[in-house]
Amino acid sequence: MNPAALPLLDQTVLVLAAMALFTAFALLAQTRLTAAIHTFAWQGALVAAVAALTGRATGDAHLYVSALITLTLKVALIPWMLHRLVRRLSLERQADPLQHPALTLLAGAGIVVFSDWVAAPVAHFDTSATRNVIAISLAIVLLGMLMMVVRRQAVAQVLGFMAMENGLFLAAVASTHGMPLVVELGVAFDVLVAMVLFGVFFLQIKNSIDSLDIDRLSQLAEPVEDDARGDAP
Amino acid sequence: MNALLLTVFTPLAGMLLLGTLRSARVAGWLNLALCALSLAGALWLAADVLAHGAVAGDSFRVDALSVYLVVLTAFVGLTTAIFSRPYMRYVHEEKRVSRGGLRLYHSMYQGFLFTMLLALTTDNLGILWVAVEGATLATVLLVSLYRTPAAIEAAWKYFILCGVGIAQALFGTVALYFAAQHALPDAAANGLSWSALYAVAPRLEPRVMSVAFVFLLVGYGTKVGLVPLHSWLPDAHSEGPTPMSAVLSGLLLNVALYAVVRMKMLTDAALAHSATPALAGHLLMGFGLVSFLVAAISLQRRRDIKRLFSYSSIEHMGLMTFGFGVGGPLATFAALLHMLVHALTKSAIFITVGHATHISRSQRIERIRGLIRTQPAVGWGLLIGVAAIAGFPPFGIFTSEFLLLSATMQAWPWLTIPLMVGLVVAFAGLFRAVQPMVFGAAPPGQYPVRANMLPVILQLALVLLLGIALPGLLAHWLDQATQLISGRHLL
Repeated sequence: MNPAALPLLDQTVLVLAAMALFTAFALLAQTRLTAAIHTFAWQGALVAAVAALTGRATGDAHLYVSALITLTLKVALIPWMLHRLVRRLSLERQADPLQHPALTLLAGAGIVVFSDWVAAPVAHFDTSATRNVIAISLAIVLLGMLMMVVRRQAVAQVLGFMAMENGLFLAAVASTHGMPLVVELGVAFDVLVAMVLFGVFFLQIKNSIDSLDIDRLSQLAEPVEDDARGDAP
Repeated sequence: MNALLLTVFTPLAGMLLLGTLRSARVAGWLNLALCALSLAGALWLAADVLAHGAVAGDSFRVDALSVYLVVLTAFVGLTTAIFSRPYMRYVHEEKRVSRGGLRLYHSMYQGFLFTMLLALTTDNLGILWVAVEGATLATVLLVSLYRTPAAIEAAWKYFILCGVGIAQALFGTVALYFAAQHALPDAAANGLSWSALYAVAPRLEPRVMSVAFVFLLVGYGTKVGLVPLHSWLPDAHSEGPTPMSAVLSGLLLNVALYAVVRMKMLTDAALAHSATPALAGHLLMGFGLVSFLVAAISLQRRRDIKRLFSYSSIEHMGLMTFGFGVGGPLATFAALLHMLVHALTKSAIFITVGHATHISRSQRIERIRGLIRTQPAVGWGLLIGVAAIAGFPPFGIFTSEFLLLSATMQAWPWLTIPLMVGLVVAFAGLFRAVQPMVFGAAPPGQYPVRANMLPVILQLALVLLLGIALPGLLAHWLDQATQLISGRHLL
């Protein structure tokens, strides 16, 4: 398939999806929280644009609605809430360097190859030109997961979680032109509630260990379990 | 349809109502009343389904498989509410939970029941996903209710691990929808409807379905507590309030397994004529057996009583998953029966454990001693509960494990050996811990507490009844569910 021979709309979708994948890598390597939140907002915008363009190409009106939901939730509301939390917990200047940046990015590249392999049977039955987007969306999901594993900072882990949601939305748009609207509304509601709960947790974690470094939450590791702990019923 | 609405939406109304109610005393009773109302609806619904077959319509569908879990969910919800009313008041008096915390607890208890019942009654696989994710959201703040660093850590782990897991399930659902679009003419309208998909399952693309099933199994399997994605489960069970442990073990794990079984039915039908017809079954058997064995070993030398029993939950969920994986009418029947008796027994045990930790004011096993002298009802409750969960005759778990072992003997004779070994190892781990707790010398200054043992007696009596003589009505009911899953009647 020659990308240049595709209609302009499809080419745009492919470019935007590739840029979303790039932001997933940027999120993985970004050490400053405020910059990472901005990157996440860009990723949301790109995914929403893909949804809107797919809606334009297929004439599905409800894809516009999904794009609008994503735009409000992932580009405006969630980054705004995260910014507010970061300011409130005075984490603006905090950097969270990766332990092994080169290794992590290599693993990320491996994930992209792996996703392409896993998505091959699914993409095989899709006749549309944008079937590569399925592999890209799976890669974004798995990169979000990798981010949650390697980052030790609670806010960064939440960004990974939300990036996974972006990937899932992209998958739904690319492979099936969006899930039924009622499901999408339910998912958006769950994401919103999850974000509120994450905010509550940040405050609770901050109060209990005076930091948002998840590595310092290690009470329940097995050796400690054997020490005097848990006198409460 | 009215029965269905009564069952499912009573808890939703209760969640909103209890969220605004200020009085803790009234909230406890109201919680109880709402659960009773929901159970009444569930029984009515069950009578409907038994008399007229599946109730369907408007993206709801209740058949023999789901209605039995609906009744079980409403029943365990009610008995745990009976226990939680005085227990949460005691926790509140101990100043471990604020008034607002108590309000959150009651509201989210109903919210959790709503998500469970919604997941069981919906026909739409997307809604199923939303409901299972909603269950995490409803319970995660309850796990951190005590605000200790350990509780917050447990809740964070629960949130993150289940969030990651459930995201895989959503990817699987998207893949499923993709397959549906190529098989269903009007996919946009009912492409995620389980019954519509099941009707055309043989036409679903096998390779897409196998990819989808792997993602769905990993996703919902995280919530079932399958190894290696189980590490949230002991933490969440041990750090949250005890009534929460009872409903998590008794209900949430079952509902997640129910989702896996529904997906397996679709996948089996789609793969029937492909190169790997038993892919789903083999995956379930593998995950189930590994979970069972790992949990049986992890049961040894636990220090925390609630962690001990949460590993036992993983063990039993592994056994059920294995049973559904073996397939065939006998193994399926055994797994369904096991789901029922395990939920009843395990929630009874957690209720007893709640009283035991109240008596000794500690969750550490070595500080819980002499229960039978201090308060015979609690001591006997724990002893009988553990005897039941370890699979002693004449309790129901013995029956279901025996059926499962016979089914394994027929289909995979060699696998009965690891099963037997695992059961013995788990039994040893449980009894070594429980024997001194029940019979040891009571430390001075240990006094009986006010304990309402009615739910425990009721549930253990039911388990005993199911072990001695399975009532014909219930056997017929489980047989219908078996027929639905495995395609053949057992009886």
